Amino acid sequence: MTAPDHHQDHDHSELTETELRVRALETVLTEKGYVDPAALDAIVQAYETRIGPHNGARVVAKAWVDPAFKRALLEDGTKAIATLGHVSRVGDHLVVVENTPQRHNMVVCTLCSCYPWELLGLPPVWYKAAPYRSRAVKDPRGVLADFGVSVSKDTEIRVWDSTAETRFLVLPMRPAGTEGFGEEQLAELVTRDSMIGTGFPKTPDALS
Amino acid sequence: MNGVHDMGGMDGFGKVEPEPNEPVFHAEWESRVLAMVRAMGAAGAYNIDMSRFYREILPPDVYLASSYYKKWLLGLEDLLIDQGLVDAEEITMGHALEPARALKRGKFTLDDVERIMVRGKFERPAQAPAKFKIGDRARARNIHPATHTRLPRYVRGRVGVVERVHGCHVFPDSAAQEAGENPQWLYTIVFEGTELWGADSDPTVKVSIDAFEPYLEFS
Repeated sequence: MTAPDHHQDHDHSELTETELRVRALETVLTEKGYVDPAALDAIVQAYETRIGPHNGARVVAKAWVDPAFKRALLEDGTKAIATLGHVSRVGDHLVVVENTPQRHNMVVCTLCSCYPWELLGLPPVWYKAAPYRSRAVKDPRGVLADFGVSVSKDTEIRVWDSTAETRFLVLPMRPAGTEGFGEEQLAELVTRDSMIGTGFPKTPDALS
Repeated sequence: MNGVHDMGGMDGFGKVEPEPNEPVFHAEWESRVLAMVRAMGAAGAYNIDMSRFYREILPPDVYLASSYYKKWLLGLEDLLIDQGLVDAEEITMGHALEPARALKRGKFTLDDVERIMVRGKFERPAQAPAKFKIGDRARARNIHPATHTRLPRYVRGRVGVVERVHGCHVFPDSAAQEAGENPQWLYTIVFEGTELWGADSDPTVKVSIDAFEPYLEFS
């Protein structure tokens, strides 16, 4: 089960070493006819261009202006998003959890890096790294402080550990001063971190 | 397994460090690793639970010292070798030396890309009625399987409340061993922070996990 070398230290930089290894593996997989490199390019391109937090932001903005959609979204996230043709399709068991003045939700995956890729894109490094994964469940307010975020002492902090194939999206509270805003304007206020629960949406003055 | 990947509640890893305007990938090789892992999984070389398990069984010092996509690369190499799809010498040489083995779903091509952009379905028809219902108190069993499990250590032996019932899903503990899907009922179990972290911990915290029925017993 051991591939060559990989449990040893090397003098030269990890990047160069790793780059060579990745290239070697891709060449082997291609020569064996397991993968078409153009298909790998297409996967990369999708995550670099099409799939990112803007998808989730549109869902959140829609929920802010459309109470029926919001009810449907909280009831069954996957089903509700399927009705929005313009947002990327979402797989099964997306659970959308709503922030209120009484409850602040935060999402983590302590065991690996589970994350709603279709709506938020690939997770940021911090989400996959030990400090967040270890502390989010034990000291969520401390973690929020690392983000410069503070939640009222009276508010319940609810942490969702993504231990199965369910995926979680936080529906943040709509910022004050956005009355009359349209969906597109609202979507610009929705940040990635506000949908993970480690941040808040931008305020309207941030737009100008 | 009680590995270093099971990080919930550990101390000493320091502050969370968000990176402003973080790029999708920090180097091109990361994107190739991501694409290979997705493609070979979609081609049927392994399931998602096997790929997770192969990262978990990396030696702890390697796991902790490697970047995220480095772990993916190391796990992928080991998995492909163990599945007999690639030989260690081929990786060293950077060329195919042995004939290819058939993949369950065949070569991964451009036509397959759209299919993997949407998560697969993990829900399966129920084989038996659910043992727990919403509102039941449930204790996470004090079990320590040496193989892959999705029951984090920090809840074992602790009592929570069933908050949601998600239907029957592929059981990762079985799938990671290639022992079949063995679908099990899946529940959201919510724990008081004080039940997990002691009476002097923050009383406003609640933590939930999604737990498969074999992880739970009545309390």
